[in-house]
Amino acid sequence: MAIEIEREVTPAGAGPAGRPARPWWMRPAFHTGIVGAVAGYFFGHWLGNFLSSGYPQNPLSDTNDIPIVLGYLFATLGWLAGLGVFNDPLLQMAGKKVRDIHEVSALDGAEPGLAKYFRYSFNHKVVGVQYLFGMIAYFLTGGLFAMAIRSELLSPSYHLLSPSNYLMVVGEHGTMMMMMMTSVIVGPFGNYFVPIMIGAKRVAFPRIEALSFWLTPAAYIILLSGILFGGFPFGWTGYAPLSIQADQGADCYFFAFGLMGLSVTLAGFNIIVTVITQRAPGMRWSRLPMFVWGILTVSFLFVLAAPVLIGGCYMTLMDRTFQTAFFENTLGGSSYLWENLFWFFGHPEVYILALPGFAIVSELVPVFCRKPLFGYRVAGAGMIGVTILSFFVWQHHLFDSGINPDMRPVFMLTTELISIPTGFIFLVGMGTFWKAKIRFTIPMLFCLAFYFNFLVGGISGVYLSDVPADVTEHGSFFVMAHFHYTIMGGLIFAFMAGVYYWMPKMTGIRLNQKLGYLHFWTMFIFFNTTFLPLFALGLLGQPRRVFTYARNLETLNDWVSISAFCLGGSILIFLINLVWSLLFERQRETGNLWQSRGLEWQVSSPPPPENFAAVPVVLSGPYEYGVKDAPPVADLNPPAGVISGTYARTGAEA
Amino acid sequence: MAAPDSAPAPAAPERSEPRHWLRLVAIWFVLALVGDLLIWFALYPHLPPGRMTDMAAGQQFDIAVLSITAWPVMSFVLLYFVYALVVWRRRPGDDEDGPPIHGNTRGGVAIQVGWILGTAAIVLWVFAFGTYELIVPAGAGGGEGPNPIWRLSGAITTSWTPGSNDMLQVQVIGQQWWWTYRYPQFGGMESTQLYLPNDTPIEFHVTSLDVIHSFWAYQLGVKADANPNVDNVAYTRPRQLGSFVVRCNELCGIWHGAMFNYGKVVTQAQFLSWANGVRAKEQADGLLAALPPYALTYDPTVIPQLGKTLTVLAGITGANGYYYSGAQAGTPGPPVSP
Repeated sequence: MAIEIEREVTPAGAGPAGRPARPWWMRPAFHTGIVGAVAGYFFGHWLGNFLSSGYPQNPLSDTNDIPIVLGYLFATLGWLAGLGVFNDPLLQMAGKKVRDIHEVSALDGAEPGLAKYFRYSFNHKVVGVQYLFGMIAYFLTGGLFAMAIRSELLSPSYHLLSPSNYLMVVGEHGTMMMMMMTSVIVGPFGNYFVPIMIGAKRVAFPRIEALSFWLTPAAYIILLSGILFGGFPFGWTGYAPLSIQADQGADCYFFAFGLMGLSVTLAGFNIIVTVITQRAPGMRWSRLPMFVWGILTVSFLFVLAAPVLIGGCYMTLMDRTFQTAFFENTLGGSSYLWENLFWFFGHPEVYILALPGFAIVSELVPVFCRKPLFGYRVAGAGMIGVTILSFFVWQHHLFDSGINPDMRPVFMLTTELISIPTGFIFLVGMGTFWKAKIRFTIPMLFCLAFYFNFLVGGISGVYLSDVPADVTEHGSFFVMAHFHYTIMGGLIFAFMAGVYYWMPKMTGIRLNQKLGYLHFWTMFIFFNTTFLPLFALGLLGQPRRVFTYARNLETLNDWVSISAFCLGGSILIFLINLVWSLLFERQRETGNLWQSRGLEWQVSSPPPPENFAAVPVVLSGPYEYGVKDAPPVADLNPPAGVISGTYARTGAEA
Repeated sequence: MAAPDSAPAPAAPERSEPRHWLRLVAIWFVLALVGDLLIWFALYPHLPPGRMTDMAAGQQFDIAVLSITAWPVMSFVLLYFVYALVVWRRRPGDDEDGPPIHGNTRGGVAIQVGWILGTAAIVLWVFAFGTYELIVPAGAGGGEGPNPIWRLSGAITTSWTPGSNDMLQVQVIGQQWWWTYRYPQFGGMESTQLYLPNDTPIEFHVTSLDVIHSFWAYQLGVKADANPNVDNVAYTRPRQLGSFVVRCNELCGIWHGAMFNYGKVVTQAQFLSWANGVRAKEQADGLLAALPPYALTYDPTVIPQLGKTLTVLAGITGANGYYYSGAQAGTPGPPVSP
């Protein structure tokens, strides 16, 4: 069931079209990408000025939006061109031969050293590691903005930031997190482990996968560059007409968000096709690891929801540059149109953020309970149910906005219905815990914290789905607490579980245990002390995104702020752990230290360049702990003829 | 060799497994009952948003009922996890796997089906309750758009009289970055202070002049987004005298955080005298004549009294509004002031 193509075998170590490999600084990589980006920005900016010379300039920034948008567009194209993204397509369009992509992918993976992580690499494991460190960097940046927000909110009357700087910080924090964390688990762990878990040697579309990663630094830098324009004043939700009224910083938001939407669409597309077509013989759908189910369903959300976002961002940029009036009520458009387009993406987006957490937790808990996953089918049904229902609930963000009033019971119903498949994840977890032998490793602790945090977050979601109660809760810190509990308490804790669980597999190095336990306990305790009081603050009347609040709420806000600083400290411990363990201590761990039945643990740490020396034959599911005489997960050296017998073409995998 | 002892063998594997589910259900029952009673009797009277209006009291009741529904669910899950972590933790030296329970036996299937049905029942209960509580209190204080379906009963008259069941209409105008209020039944006079009469059905018409704001009167239990060119209707009925706070609840620009003021619920007689007083003052000042005629929405680019139409939508378009100036076509320069 693999896609078979004729292979062109070229000598090892050769460059494109058979030339010898060039020195690292002459090969397309990060540095050439930067050159391309800068050149592209200057060209685009000039082109924009040339096209819009008749338009008045904003005297504050001495430019108008068209050069900026075109500058970013050509900067992105230059960045990709400098990385070498267009090399192979252009060569093929010119009729030249390019090297077989899967051979290049394997060679990429085999190359020693760190240089390969700075290149447009076709090996999914390299892309996974690139994503991992990229996502950590983006997360830390967003976290710094959060520290600034909480510093400002220490006092309702003494202000550290001007109102526009405060909103800039709020918008940057929210957008950095919601935008970049979309791929925080799918990018690193989805790309790295889904192919190995299904017994594949590669992904279906390595170029698309690599492109999806390299769009993320562009999106990140463009979003951050908004600071140079004074930021954008509309938070991460981008409501019109404020978004059209805003200064040039808004262009950064819309362009970056559109790029990230493109990135996730591509990533999702690649994963869907890989899982459907690249499964090894014997990897039936009923044996698919729950992690793969989760990533697969998230990929459907990526592919179906992100294009709506791209469309909405594009329309706003048109409103801002070419004076269309999609979202301008006074000019015949409708502010509701943006709200609906955005939330039609935005609600699946938050399930994009929740489902990978479910995926990781459901994957890790059987390993550390030493028991099969309870209710495998129900777990899968839960993932699929959440995915499908997530498209039917978006107007619960709009209950008080003046939408058609009889829509509200409908969306109240769908929103409450979605808690049923979400609850399946708890059913499955709880069932796995029954009479288990629970091992309190660091990944397991993070999974336990996930269950606690997501329980609080999920139940608070039911409060919000109730329209009458939502009249008080909407737009307040109650909502803030709800989504931080589900997204940070859910997704990020699951991400940490994944990091501690899979770091030995990816690098052969185990993260320091003492620092790990310290990281977990400080993060869990301070996370809860930071966000639990926010429920009260919201119910007591503090709206979101404000720099001042009622004086009687100051003590609670101070408690939250100081907890938030401590939470930041716990993330710092994580960073120290990463640096210390990977650079200094380097505690080698190359075996199956968690004694997991996962297929990824049956190969070396780090895995071989092609994942498997031969395509494995999968013999049983990954959760058969405690089953007497359970067959091994897979046969990694199947006898000759077994694999070829499963394909129509004989000798294809000999 | 001595004969074997007649005492039973120590640590016999035949010792019966404790009935975990029985323990769990028993502890949970007590926990849930005590928690629910505490919520109802101790917490409910103090829950936000208070009882100043019918809407607020309804929301307070809703939050209490939701809590009573949620607490058994939460306590069960939490109790189960704590129990599992204590009872089923790995003992030192035990590297065995656990029992291979997949959940596909009769008992396992029964648990799964039971869970699905149970959660579905809870969800449907919450939905039914929420829908009832939305419809019966006339929209529960949330904005219903220009064509509300669930209205408070109250006669809509051109002038409001106290003591009758007349609806008092108040238009709430949001703009960057302040709230103003117009009373159509008092000649369309506009006030920066929101005074409301007690025991009266109030019909808010919320609109905006520029970007999206949101009218959140916390103690009144009212929240309605203010969209430009849209009339968003919300209802409430005050029952207690006192002050309430009005905050903007939708990010509307840099001074969003400062966009709040305070209103008061006063007796009907006090309200009448205040409103008539403001109206008279504005009439005398000529302000009433200068205001645009009362309408459900306003387009701030058209001001007939000033004798002209603005061609520059300052601040509404990109680049801070510097695109729409007809006088400058082809010439970059400073903006035209309206």
